[in-house]
Amino acid sequence: MDLGPHATFIIAAYVIAALTVTGLIAWVLADYDAQRRLIGDLEARGVTRRAKNSAKDLPKDLQ
Amino acid sequence: MALIDLANPTRFLALTQRLLAPLAVLTALAFAAGLYLAWVAPDDYQQGATVKIMFIHVPNAWLSMAVWAVMSIASIGTLVWRHPLADVAAKAAAPLGAAFTFLALVTGSLWGRPMWGTYWVWDARLTSVLVLFLMYLGIIALWRTVDDPARAGRAAAILTLVGAINLPVVKFSVDWWNTLHQPASVFRVGGPTIDASILTPLLVMALAFLLLFVTLHLAAMRNEILRRRVRAMWLLQAHAASA
Repeated sequence: MDLGPHATFIIAAYVIAALTVTGLIAWVLADYDAQRRLIGDLEARGVTRRAKNSAKDLPKDLQ
Repeated sequence: MALIDLANPTRFLALTQRLLAPLAVLTALAFAAGLYLAWVAPDDYQQGATVKIMFIHVPNAWLSMAVWAVMSIASIGTLVWRHPLADVAAKAAAPLGAAFTFLALVTGSLWGRPMWGTYWVWDARLTSVLVLFLMYLGIIALWRTVDDPARAGRAAAILTLVGAINLPVVKFSVDWWNTLHQPASVFRVGGPTIDASILTPLLVMALAFLLLFVTLHLAAMRNEILRRRVRAMWLLQAHAASA
């Protein structure tokens, strides 16, 4: 298909869109992996959200 | 599951686990259909094949405003109802909205150069969308500046609602001022003025980008909930160490 005399602009628009969308997807996936890894590391060290501490031992903003 | 159940982050995570894969598949199918329709769409009688840039530019322009509207609704949820996931939704949406606005600006420039003879003019539509892009960057920076998510969420919510005044300015800029940018062709009184052979690919691509936003927004909300869990666990660890 002939994209005419302005083909460069058309192709550039689609390439930039593809790169941006790919970058967004990659960022979301990488962030998920990073958070899962951090939670795994913390749990391996014995840190859980349901802490062994009783609620009254926790700082006020975490009670 | 009632809507109120989704206020529980654990239940919300379970829902995203079930929804993300089907949404991703739907998004891919919509893009495949939209890109095919864009490829076979006829040339415009004035613009020629350059009209194909519209199938990227317009959906992203629509989403740039829609995502700020989503953030505004979430901000009301933060400030008025103190919904636990409202600021999570707002924070997760901001980078996505910034990306869509960036694409609207860049593809608009690439469309403007061959059509108008210039990449940029300081007319009301282009300027107000640039302001919208800078507002997205500002909100993202604000989130990163304040450590406590609750405080950051309230500050961002206020700024988001103030920034929402820009949405009608963007939408009606082509009516209120003399602009190089053309007036509305789809969402207008009297209905669309675009022929179906070009309107159909445009709407399919708009659906594809909308599904992309929904999918990535859910995934980003999931990531933010996990990030806050990490923070809570770090704080617990620090508290245990100091005790």
